[in-house]
Parts: sequence; structure tokens; C-alpha cells
Amino acid sequence: MKLAIEVWRQSDPLDKGHWERHELDELSPNASLLDVIDLLNQQIVDGGGEAVAYESDCREGICGACGVTVNGVPHGPVPNTPSCRQHLRAFGDIKRLRIEPLRSASFPVVRDLVVDRSALDRLAAAGGTVAVNAGKAPDADALPVTHADAELALDFAACIGCGACVAACPNGSAHLFAGAKVAHLALLPQPSTERGRRARAMVDAVEAEFGPCSTYGECVKVCPAGIDLAAVAALHRERLRGALRGRDD
Amino acid sequence: MNVNRLRRTGHDVDARVPHVPPAEAWAARKLSYKLVSPTNRRHLKVIVVGTGLAGSGAAAALAELGYEVEVFTYHDAPRRAHSVAAQGGINAARARAVDNDSLERFVIDVVKGGDFRGREAEAYRLGEESVRVIDHLNAIGAPFAREYGGMLATRSFGGVQVSRTYYTRGQTGQQLQVAAAQALLRQVHAGKITLHTRHEMLDLIVDGGRARGIVARNLVTGDVRAYSAHAVVLATGGYGSVFFHSTLARHSNASAAWRAHLRGAHLASPSFVQFHPTALPVDSPHQSKTTLMSESLRNDGRIWVPVRPGDDRAPLLIPETERDYYLERQYPAYGNLAPRDISSRAARRMIDAGHGVGPLRNSVYLDFSDAIARVGRATIEERYGNLFHMYSDVTGEDPYTEPMRIAPAAHFTMGGLWSDFDLMTSIPGLFVGGEAGSGYHGANRLGANSLLSACVDGWFTLPLSVPNYLAGVRGEELLGEDSPVAHSAVAEVRARVDELLSIGGTTRASTFHRELGEILYAGCGFGRTAEGLSTAIAAIAELRERFWTDLRVPGTADRLNQELEEAGRVADFLDLGHLMCLDALDREESAGAHFREEHQTSSGEAKRNDKRWAFTSVWQHGSPPIRHREPLRFSAVKLQERDYR
Repeated sequence: MKLAIEVWRQSDPLDKGHWERHELDELSPNASLLDVIDLLNQQIVDGGGEAVAYESDCREGICGACGVTVNGVPHGPVPNTPSCRQHLRAFGDIKRLRIEPLRSASFPVVRDLVVDRSALDRLAAAGGTVAVNAGKAPDADALPVTHADAELALDFAACIGCGACVAACPNGSAHLFAGAKVAHLALLPQPSTERGRRARAMVDAVEAEFGPCSTYGECVKVCPAGIDLAAVAALHRERLRGALRGRDD
Repeated sequence: MNVNRLRRTGHDVDARVPHVPPAEAWAARKLSYKLVSPTNRRHLKVIVVGTGLAGSGAAAALAELGYEVEVFTYHDAPRRAHSVAAQGGINAARARAVDNDSLERFVIDVVKGGDFRGREAEAYRLGEESVRVIDHLNAIGAPFAREYGGMLATRSFGGVQVSRTYYTRGQTGQQLQVAAAQALLRQVHAGKITLHTRHEMLDLIVDGGRARGIVARNLVTGDVRAYSAHAVVLATGGYGSVFFHSTLARHSNASAAWRAHLRGAHLASPSFVQFHPTALPVDSPHQSKTTLMSESLRNDGRIWVPVRPGDDRAPLLIPETERDYYLERQYPAYGNLAPRDISSRAARRMIDAGHGVGPLRNSVYLDFSDAIARVGRATIEERYGNLFHMYSDVTGEDPYTEPMRIAPAAHFTMGGLWSDFDLMTSIPGLFVGGEAGSGYHGANRLGANSLLSACVDGWFTLPLSVPNYLAGVRGEELLGEDSPVAHSAVAEVRARVDELLSIGGTTRASTFHRELGEILYAGCGFGRTAEGLSTAIAAIAELRERFWTDLRVPGTADRLNQELEEAGRVADFLDLGHLMCLDALDREESAGAHFREEHQTSSGEAKRNDKRWAFTSVWQHGSPPIRHREPLRFSAVKLQERDYR
């Protein structure tokens, strides 16, 4: 198959950037979106140009490194699927790909399709941690966790940290990311000992660097880990719980 | 090719394992370690390179203890390190169930699984510390699978007849990695760790025979700088990606370890590479890597091929009597859970004999229909849901209704930087953790021992053994950035970057990498022969020549340039590939994943030669390289031929 491609080129964070047009022929429908960028890069380099910078690592949808916006949708046209697992055979009639970085004020462009998502790490560092030093933990079997709680915690913990939720949000909110972390840790016995402090710290951090949440729900349409909007509710609930208690735990 | 012209032989090296029974070695060693008092720790600085389970763990634990830690990763975030992609689980010798598991049985499985080419005393440490690895990771947020009564759930992995693998669906690595990266971030937040993301280590600074720092390049600005410390920990992962098509991440590479090797750190058995039996087949030429499917699938999936070679009927049309469940047939005691080396080799033989399935006839079936009939689709979904989802994304096929197609692919490297029992390399002050090292796994790693060894190294070995070294250098000034040795290391790195950019040829680094992978799969893959290895050595020499005359790296060094990063890594892969072939050619025996066709039993299994080769090959850089020996002694587990029948 044949694709018309428009790709975002930006040489560094200060460059204002521009679109570049290309055509690719003889693509296999089994090619992934990232295979397409690889083939595009081969063509560009063969023609004397510089390859389009983009991020990807495991190509199994688990590392969260990849993430580009395709035709306006973070990760690409297949819902809830990371860029590395978007395959052309699932693209339907799409014959034109407009590929640009994940767009958010919190994610400055580094080069071409590469953005700086360190704001997510600052958010995680602010509260998404558990204050237990190496070697001090009690026996994991001495702290029973119900099967249902473990499974639910895992549903929230599945977040791969790609940042698509932020890019999909008209407000650039990271409530889904922060909420998933808070909900996951609140369900587990040891981490939940600091849930009040955590909720406060994460709400403060999410408000410091990201936009507000208006529960549009655009985030859940793109989340490759299928995180539920309940995560956003969990963030508010945990914060409210802390406020009502009147003191941190 | 005469191996004697390609390498010299050296002497016996000592891993400093205490001379006590192996079960007591770790306790004895810990007791002998020197300590640093809490008030002195903040004056001692450790550089940790890599933020996978070993690196994050070591960095967090050392910072928790009060040391000053500086961490480097080429990723944009610590959580991305490739530990994240491990799927199936993490072993632990907790032995809570009544399936007759124990620490001793864990050690037997590891030593035997590694075909008696690993250190027995380290297998004990692995098992002993495994208990609190689970406790710790559970406490810091890894949501381990639980039984209905709230206790930790387990499953089985290859090469083992008990159930000691702890897991979180098919994303165990992700959950452990995110928990460990958070522990690291907690120390960043507390100001105890300085974290450099998007920085790649390109050289080790050695002064007076000791590791004193590293040279790293800021991948965004291109700035090359020296960073000094009292000790350096490399936790930079394995090098299976040298094969190009591997289960490793696109950017996984050997450069940090290889640069350390060039500065004097010895490499142990570099040819010991594991081929994972349950990867997805390569089915298009543009594919940049292979996809891993967890070994845990072999708990419930049955592996088979058509009895008749070339049978191209759809799998559901092939009747039961015309299917060969070859692992169950050949290894009835372990069946589909035979160890990885054996399972991969068996699959390879079936494919080579014409029984392969799929459009390119390069895969075998992994069939869940019996399991779904037995326990129901919902249970299979809960156990492997994300893996099945990934499979259908990649292939467009539904594994609930038709068998998966799997094929062996380069995966884990048992070989790596040689270290002593304290995880210190042959350069004092340079430590290694996780897959970048060697030691535990011998010639074949058991499934779910990789996450374990990374965690044991990071959380519970390096935080004890690094301080033992630091106690001896307390009060020493850090090497200045403008010291002659740091200065010249930085200049060398800059010169090499410029050289890569200035070749001005026509071929991209990835093309050379792909070619190298083909050479290695053909010569240094599943089955190796003296002839095939000699051919590979010659082919690599020719490829290397072409690389340095025809490489093309577009762009400049003063901004993000991924082609430049790749070129540097491929250059190191070419040199490492040569040494891997040399190591495989040198070792005139078969052991675990290292299968020399010339040395096999009558039933086609790996045939060791314990009289001549019961040692780890320890390679020192030189021209030609020098091969030393670390003799291996077994007292708790008697040397025996592996038998999984």
C-alpha cells in the first residue's frame, strides 16, 4: 500500500518547526506505525537528509517510550494502543498520515517527534513513592491482600507512563496518570500507610505542572494501558479523604 | 581457523569466594565486609549507570544508606529501562507451599539449569536473598498476584518442577521496574541522588588501576563530560541485541560494558547467550526486533508441529494424530516446561527439519485449546490477558481460537562483565549488577531468575559490597574533571564521535547491525561448529572494515542525533561479536545454550567436558585477547549430566 506522510520537523527546542511531506510505497499492511517511520527514515537518509528523531524502545507496548500523534490522535488511530502496536492493517481507509509529537505545554519538543516528559517523573517523585528502605519490609505473606484488591491495584498499576493521556487532554491534565498511581498504591497495605500525604503531594504536583481536569475523558480513549476514568475520581476521593481526616496518613 | 593464533591463554583468576561450604559463603563474606559509619557516608560518592532493576535498586539502596549517588541513563526516564519488559515472573525460594521446594532445591535447579558453568555459592546468595526481594518489592508497591485467601500466588517456569515464580499478570518486570524506579525517584526528590537522564556513558575513567569515574555524553546537547566518583556501578543490561533481531529493546546495547572492557575489565564467557523459545517469528524484512512472549505461557500452552514436514494445512485442520508434541514426547518429565536452551534447540531442529509452520515456515505452534477447555477462557485471560492482546496486535490473529506461532530468538546473555563474589570487576572500584554481569546463571538462565538476579544484586548485594570497597578509599579526593586522565578520556570520546561522523560513506549503522546479526545467528547461534565460527570471525572482520570506511551518519554531534548514538553502539557490537565467536570457538565442549555440534550426546544433548572446561572463560582485552580461567568447583550439587527426560 501507499501512504502520503506529513511529518513534523523541528531541529531543537527553540526552532519553530515545520511540516515535511513524503510518500511511501509498497508498504506491507503488517507494518507497524514505527516500522513506517523506520522506512521513512531510510528513504530520507538515502536521499541525503537527516532521519526523523522519534522515541521507541521495547516495541512491545510496555516501556512507554514511544508515542507520536497521528492525524491528531496521540499514539494513532487504533484506540488504546501504543504507537509501537499500531499496525497499518487496522488503519482502515486512512491513506494520509500526519505525524507529530505528543502535544502538550508540559511536554516541550526536544527534536522532531521527541518530547521531554520529565514532568511526569517529577509528579511521580513528589508522591508516587513508598517510604520503605531496602531490607525493612515485613513478610509479604503477613500482609494479606484480597485477590480482588490485587487485581484492581494491577488495573491501575498497568500505566506505562507514555504521557498520551496528557497529550489527549484539551487542558493538558495529568489526572489520569496521577490518579492511577494514587489508586494503585491506596489498595495495597504497606503503601497505603501514607495515602493521605501522597494524595496531597500528588494533587499539589499535578496542579503545579499540568492543566486542570474537566473530566472530558479524552485520556481514557487513548490510554494504551486501558486505565479507567475511575482513576481520576480516585485522585479526588483520596484527596478529600485526607482533607476530611484533617491529618495525613 | 586455529584458535591459538586468535587468542593467548592466561592464568587462573580468583573470584574470592570464601573457603567455606557454599551455603555459608555469603554469610561469611558479609561478616568480613568493612563498614562505613553513617556520618562518613555522605562524603563518599558512587556513580550508578543504568536504571533497570539492578541500577535503580543499587542507587536507591545506597542513597537510603546515606551515600552520595549520581545516576546515569540514556532513557528519558528511569522507568523505561529494559527490566520493564520482563513478563513472566520472579523466582523466590520462599518454599511456603508443600510442593517440597527449599533453598537447596532452588540451588540445585539453578546450578543444573546453568549446566554447571555458574558459581554455586552465588546461586545460594540468589536463593537466600530472594525471600526479602519479594517482601521489599511488595512493600514498595509491586501488586503481586494473590490467591483468594490473600497470600502470594505462584506459578511454574521452565527447568523446575515446583511452583516458585511470583508474578503480576504478564507484566512482572513492569511492576517491579516501576516500583524500583519510584524508589530511585524518592531519593532524587530527597536530594540524595543526582539523576542524569538522556546521558550515555561512553568511557570509564581509570586512574592508578582503579575506577574513578565515567565519561558521559548528553544526548540532547552533545556535551561530553567527565564525572568522578569513589566507585562506579555498571548496571547496563545484556547484549543479546548484538543479534539485531532479539527480544531486547531497540536501544539495549553493550557499549558501557565494552568500554569498561577496553579499560581493563574482564569479560566472562561472552558466547553464553540464551535463545528464548517463545518469541514471535520474524515475518517481515523491515522488522526491527522480535517480540517476546513470556515463558509463563508454557504453563498452559502445548507446543507442537505437524508430523509431516511441509504440512501447510491450517492448524485446526490438523488432527491430533498428525501433531507432534515434541517436547512432551522427548522430555516427558518436564514436557513443555523443559529449560530454555533445550526448548529453543528442539524448536530450531523441528524448523530446520521442515516442520516449521506459518508463511515463512519459521515457527512452531503454542496451543491453548486444551487449557481453555480445562480451566475456561476467563482464567486464561486473567493469567495471560495482556500477552494474548499483544499477540493479536502484532500478528492480527486470535490466540484464543487458533494456536500462537512462536520461534526462538536471541534473548538473555549469561555472559558479561566478569566480577568476583562481591560483584567487583577486575578493575577495583568498578562494580557490576544485573544482566551486565555474569556469575549466577552459568551457561543457561532459568526463566524468572533474571528479575531475581537484578534485584538481588541491586538491593541486597551491592549495598553491602560497595561500602566494603568505599571503606578503603574513605577520605580520598575525587578525581578532578581537569585531571590529565579525565581530560584525555573526554578527548578520546570526542575524537571517536568525530570519527564516526566524518567517515562519510553510504551505509547506515542499522544496516551493518542487521548484517552482523545475520552472521551471528548463522555462526554463533543455536548450534555452533568450528567451521561456522571461523566463517563468522572472517565475516565480522570484513564487515568491520566496511563499517569504518562506508558508514554514513547524517547530522551533527551538537544535538540529539539517534543515528550517531546507534553508530557508536554498532561499532562496539562488531568488536564484541568477534569476541563472542572467539569464545565459542575456544570452548571445545557444549554446555547449556552453548551448543557445539561436535560435542553432543547420542541423544543430541549438550555434552560437557568437565575435565577440561569446568571453568568460566575470563577474557582480557588485548591483541590478541587473553583468555584466563576461573575454575568452578561444585560441592553441594554434584556434577552430573543434565537429564530432563
